[in-house]
Amino acid sequence: MSKKILEVKHLQKCFGEKEILKNVSFSIQEGEVLVLLGPSGSGKSTLLRTLNGLESIQKGEIYFQGELLKGEEKQWQAIRQKIAMVFQNYELFPNLTVMENLLLSPTKVQKREKTTVEKQAKVLLERIGLGEKLKSYPRELSGGQKQRVAIVRALVMEPTMILFDEVTASLDPEMVREVLEMIQDLAKERKTMMVVTHEIDFARRVADRVIFMEEGEIISDYTAQEFFEEQKNERITRFLNSLTH
Amino acid sequence: MYLGISILWDGNNLGRLLLGLWEAIKIAGVSLGFGIILGTFFGVIRTFPSSLIRIIFRIYLEIFRIIPLLVLLYVFYYILPENFNIDLPNQLVSVLVFILWISAEMSEIIRSSLMSVSKHQIESGKALGFNRLQLYQYVYFPQGIKSAIPSMINLVTRVIKTTSLLMMIGVTEVIRVGQQMIEHYAVTISTAPLWIYGFIFMLYFIVCFPLNMAAKFWERRIGG
Repeated sequence: MSKKILEVKHLQKCFGEKEILKNVSFSIQEGEVLVLLGPSGSGKSTLLRTLNGLESIQKGEIYFQGELLKGEEKQWQAIRQKIAMVFQNYELFPNLTVMENLLLSPTKVQKREKTTVEKQAKVLLERIGLGEKLKSYPRELSGGQKQRVAIVRALVMEPTMILFDEVTASLDPEMVREVLEMIQDLAKERKTMMVVTHEIDFARRVADRVIFMEEGEIISDYTAQEFFEEQKNERITRFLNSLTH
Repeated sequence: MYLGISILWDGNNLGRLLLGLWEAIKIAGVSLGFGIILGTFFGVIRTFPSSLIRIIFRIYLEIFRIIPLLVLLYVFYYILPENFNIDLPNQLVSVLVFILWISAEMSEIIRSSLMSVSKHQIESGKALGFNRLQLYQYVYFPQGIKSAIPSMINLVTRVIKTTSLLMMIGVTEVIRVGQQMIEHYAVTISTAPLWIYGFIFMLYFIVCFPLNMAAKFWERRIGG
């Protein structure tokens, strides 16, 4: 039996006069990989950012493991340790080595034992073939390597779920694969994830469920099977075709 | 023939000039010590979202930027004792006025360097669960302070140069000492001002030039 981890009800987000998210409702189950698709500017990234408290909301409710998130910074600081986020531009701290980047939050925020986290980080880095980069600085890594380290940085926090915000959008094409493969492996481990992407083939491979957004609204919310194989909506079909060809 | 330059070695002159320089550096040093700490604190506060705090500090900063320091020195040295019966020694007045001035300038240096840290880096820190203090400790300061260093060194140079104003409220810093000497030699050696001011020029140069070079070096490092 699956458990509801996150539930969003009637979310509204405005930038000034402009309504970015309109009455958005959905939920995500434990172990589920939810992919958000839709044209640029449809509000996918904004939606993801509201789930990590990086954007305020005007209306609606967000429940995480049954707890209502009221928008207070203190509460978000605790929640962010459980809802990790990986950004488009990796955003590793340039003044710290790979290992220091990985240790910072688990030791300073979560107050965990340094040696334990270090061991865990090493295992994770070795698994993705970056075991020798412990002492490297971000500037010495390629874009793909940086992004994979950023994903490890999210993983060592042992989050309940991970948000991926167009994590391959600023990578060179040859580096996209290594990052996507890593996320695919996480999907196999049944990590709960929410992924915003433009990589349709990747979405097809990892998604359990697909939410399609347009102009701030969820216009379809189906299982991946239904979305990709039995799509009846003409606009969505056109969108999918425009990305694959 | 009596060589003008020899007045520097006459009696205790050299020692007195150096002591005057020491007085200037002491006042600059103490003021900078407190002013930088206070200014850093103000600078951090000015990055907080509260607009009331921002306006208050903005007014404070503008006052100390617009009003000539000399006027502030006079206000504190002459007007305060006369109207409020607060009698302060001139060195203390100097240090106080300097601290207020330095912390205003410093708060702006720190504020703008902290604000120069990329918004994405801050979000990345937030996403790792950092609280406000941790954001400053691990993201804002390590990344922002680099861009503050050249301006800070320039501020140090400006403070040292500005100590020359302190003679106006009777602090025996190097220029005042020099003037006393010039008056002493006014009749006997007509070239005295040239040698004494020339020497003071050299003293300021020796103190400030390395600082200037350091600032340039840092600017290049950041740029490169």
